Amino acid sequence: MKLPRWFHMLGSPPYVYRLAGRLGPWLGAAACLLLVLGTYMGLVVAPPDYLQGEVYRIIYIHPQTAYIGMMAYVILAFAAGIGFIWRLKLAHAVAVSAAPIGASFTFCALVTGSIWGAPTWGTFWEWGDPRIMFELILLFLFIGYMVLRAAFEDRDKADRVSAILGVVGVVNVPIIHYSVEWWNTLHQGPTITRLDGPSMTSDMLVPFLLMVAGFTFCFYWLLLMRLQAEVVAREQGARWLRELAAEGRA
Amino acid sequence: MTGFIVILERDLKLAFRRVSELANPLLFFVIVTSLFPLALSPDRLLLQAVGAGVLWVAALLSSLLALEGLFRADVEDGSMEQLMLSPVPLSIIVLAKITAHWIVSGVPLIALVPVVALSFELPAQALWVMAAALLLATPTLSVLVSIGAALTVSLKSGGSIIGLLVLPLCSPLLIFGARATDLAAQGEAVAGPLYLLGALAVFSVSLGPLAAAAALKVGLE
Repeated sequence: MKLPRWFHMLGSPPYVYRLAGRLGPWLGAAACLLLVLGTYMGLVVAPPDYLQGEVYRIIYIHPQTAYIGMMAYVILAFAAGIGFIWRLKLAHAVAVSAAPIGASFTFCALVTGSIWGAPTWGTFWEWGDPRIMFELILLFLFIGYMVLRAAFEDRDKADRVSAILGVVGVVNVPIIHYSVEWWNTLHQGPTITRLDGPSMTSDMLVPFLLMVAGFTFCFYWLLLMRLQAEVVAREQGARWLRELAAEGRA
Repeated sequence: MTGFIVILERDLKLAFRRVSELANPLLFFVIVTSLFPLALSPDRLLLQAVGAGVLWVAALLSSLLALEGLFRADVEDGSMEQLMLSPVPLSIIVLAKITAHWIVSGVPLIALVPVVALSFELPAQALWVMAAALLLATPTLSVLVSIGAALTVSLKSGGSIIGLLVLPLCSPLLIFGARATDLAAQGEAVAGPLYLLGALAVFSVSLGPLAAAAALKVGLE
């Protein structure tokens, strides 16, 4: 298969290092701007919810972290798959960089979810909720990936073995998602009232979307920073790195 | 196909000559399930309520025990490298080994579980459903375990992390299996979860060996 030129350029560590260095600050600035604006609009401008009062404001952080966590796993598996098939070391570097960020966001989703659950559901942790279980299993998948990597001393082997785990995991993610979803409908336990109320009004929707965009930029900013660090770690002693260091820009 | 049968026969022969290793996971299963009444309480109603879940978790854990012999012995004495050189595709060889693993660890479990389930006073109709659910779930379990074993085959002590890798992926099996058993105990229709277990079995048996073979290749490079 013939691949376009930019694809090959993305396989070159110095090119990607510089690209990440150039893009990173812009993403970071956009993320900070959007997050500050979204937080202000969400916490100050948006009206309280008629049903939940002030507690509902968790929707300006909780769904976003959950979504970033899932996106991070898909990116991890996609990058790992590319790395495995075309033997691209940089794709593996992307996968490695995405794992801890995704795990942190998934963890944040669980924490913010239980902070919201305490006043609304009356419990920090509801075993019967499928989404909590899904997030928990997703966190385990991230941890499994990182533990497997850490067990190998040879980085190249760790890359290729953990890539297989990532791909197997991402195939399983929808299965796990639907199984926990169905589990709850099969489970004749106490049902939690869902808040499928009227769709959000625009003064709530705008900060919500601002936060979604802000966290997305934030994720890619963090990813690029980790990627730069990962590239430096992998290319130790390479000539372009020494030249860059000599220029005082590394 | 001949390659598949030859490997299957060889692995079964090897397994049945080491009966103690064969019995370990089953003993483990019996011991774990008998620990639950000690830890919880010997209350009949409670044990009846948690019985299905306990049996499923114990079955899951005991199948993790049997995985050391899946690839490790062959890798250590070099026969795996010889097998990889053969014209038979590695995924077929892996599938044969998974089948052998399933016959050795899954089938005895299916035979044993109804007996243990009786001690938890699960109703008779639930026993059949549980056996059927195990029959459908254990192939998937063997495939997942083989992927875990293949991923960690080049590690000195892979056993400790296989659980971390495989158990989260097993959660759908646990959900559908335990639910089918529960539904049967309550006298309700069980076809839904059983169909899903069957679908998972077909899916994992057709794709899983490819993943395990890829992992083995990387591990032995």
